[in-house]
Amino acid sequence: MRISDLFEETYMALSTNKARSALTILGIVIGIASVIAMTAIGQGSQASIQASITSAGSNLLYVTPGQQRGVGMQVSSGRGSAQTLTQGDADAIQSTITLAKAVEPELSKRYQITAKGTNTNTQVIGTTQDYVDVRNFQIDQGTFLSDMDIKSQTRVAVLGPTTRDDLFGEGADAIGQKIRINNVEFKVIGVTLTKGGSGFQNPDDAIYVPISTAQRYLAGDQYVSTIAVQAASADNMTAIQEQITELLLERHKISDAASADFSVMNQADIVATASSVTGTFTTLLASIAGISLLVGGIGIMNMMLTNVTERTREIGLRKAIGAEEGDISKQFLLESVMLTFLGGAIGIFLGWILAWGVQYFGVTSTKITWSTVFLAFGVSALIGIVFGYYPARRASKLNPIVALRFE
Amino acid sequence: MIQLDQITKSYSNSSEEVKVLKGISFTIQDGEFVAIMGPSGSGKSTLMHILGALDTPTSGKYLLDGRDISSFSDKELAGIRKEKIGFVFQAFNLLPRATVLRNVSLPLIYMRVPKKEREERARAALISTGLDEARFDHLSNQLSGGQMQRVAIARALVTNPSLILADEPTGNLDTQTGEIVLDTFKKLNDKGHTIILITHERDVAEHAQRIIYIRDGMMVKEEVTSKK
Repeated sequence: MRISDLFEETYMALSTNKARSALTILGIVIGIASVIAMTAIGQGSQASIQASITSAGSNLLYVTPGQQRGVGMQVSSGRGSAQTLTQGDADAIQSTITLAKAVEPELSKRYQITAKGTNTNTQVIGTTQDYVDVRNFQIDQGTFLSDMDIKSQTRVAVLGPTTRDDLFGEGADAIGQKIRINNVEFKVIGVTLTKGGSGFQNPDDAIYVPISTAQRYLAGDQYVSTIAVQAASADNMTAIQEQITELLLERHKISDAASADFSVMNQADIVATASSVTGTFTTLLASIAGISLLVGGIGIMNMMLTNVTERTREIGLRKAIGAEEGDISKQFLLESVMLTFLGGAIGIFLGWILAWGVQYFGVTSTKITWSTVFLAFGVSALIGIVFGYYPARRASKLNPIVALRFE
Repeated sequence: MIQLDQITKSYSNSSEEVKVLKGISFTIQDGEFVAIMGPSGSGKSTLMHILGALDTPTSGKYLLDGRDISSFSDKELAGIRKEKIGFVFQAFNLLPRATVLRNVSLPLIYMRVPKKEREERARAALISTGLDEARFDHLSNQLSGGQMQRVAIARALVTNPSLILADEPTGNLDTQTGEIVLDTFKKLNDKGHTIILITHERDVAEHAQRIIYIRDGMMVKEEVTSKK
């Protein structure tokens, strides 16, 4: 049989019973659509987590109190759980580690904030003037904290836009207004530019005060919850990481590095860890979706077997007019592959729509890559081959004499 | 030319050996119209399968156009069927949801004939069976029995076979339509086609030039009719 004729015969056979063909591939359509959608959600989460970590600033190292743990994400560290890092440590790092471009200690805690007639509960971050550079922020209105503010322990505050909206109304001018943090009065001197973002601590819902002020008026102590260190370049990261570890071990009088009461984390490590977590998550989701593909494949095989039985006389006839075993098996195999390939194409389209919908309705961001699409096409064709092989073989082995007598 | 020489066919199941054909010999020249007649159980179906290269004999020689095909493999038999034999079945065996034209061109697809040539040859074959040209694009399940059988005959013709083998071709048709079909065979024979007709009815067999009688797996009589 010529290739073009093979395709035509196959197409004719499939379009003869469109309803049955459609039902047969339903399993594949659903399976592929789920795999595409799941993978898109997983990859989208991965990308947005990576983006939010790297948008927090680049070439960053985080020094946090508490034992070194394998999975160290910023969220779980320094929430006042351990108080082993002090302002003194931060000053020491600033003065001795020359490779560090900026050292930015933070003291964060949640407090109740009141303004005239309104209140909110939000994160108050005591920090230095380096915060904007190290953490990649910009000022929208007014000014950020200055070196003077840190030195003088002035009671000034910079609001995030969401906090500003919560306390004074959306888009109101908050500059010069008074707020009370933990019942201590502060004056608003600036508002940061919106950073967007979801998931972790929302950077738009926060208040920034001088760290010295926070230590004196709010916490009453000299400890810090995080020290962010920005390296001059990515190459220095490892060196700085080692230097800080050495310095702090000495300062804290700890001889065994394994029992350090702090951790120094590389931003790249955090990104890698987050990626591997979401990567595992994606694989898990896709595997579950893959099970429905398996079921779809079994459906194909079932339908093709029924098909072969129903067309026994036709197969007998084809053989009688000279079709060889190879002609018959190729035709039925191609029918199976064409079905699954079509199912895959529809499934990819459907999965794309699902992923788009998830992103549009703001559940989470999604991302479809070309490699996922090719993989889906490949898998659907493979399913057609694997699950169509046995029925095709059965068809080709039919004895024409017996087949022609079949009722 | 067809030459059968002491053809036997036996089937063995677990307990016994069943001898269906017990030594049949005859010769059919090119251009003859022969009927093979016998009651059911006579072995005429088995004989037809062997003549049509659907099966091989247990012993004996079958020479088709000078070639001994008695020991051919399945694949080789398929090749013989493709090139040399055209079948007409009692139950027509057309593809119901394909057009008349596509049904007739089907054997040519397996001969790797290009599409345009297929269609031309199919049309020619259909015209020679007398089918109305208006029907060529109809689906085969929209035709009457007689029309379907004529499509089947055209399909058998389209590969220009050495032999047309018809197995009870009028079995599913009424007498009048059956006559039209048998007449079609006659016209084809007049043009030079070799036709073997298998039947259990005397009226049908008498349309041929020669009748070979089969009974209990053996040839019992040969008769020349008045049709020569």
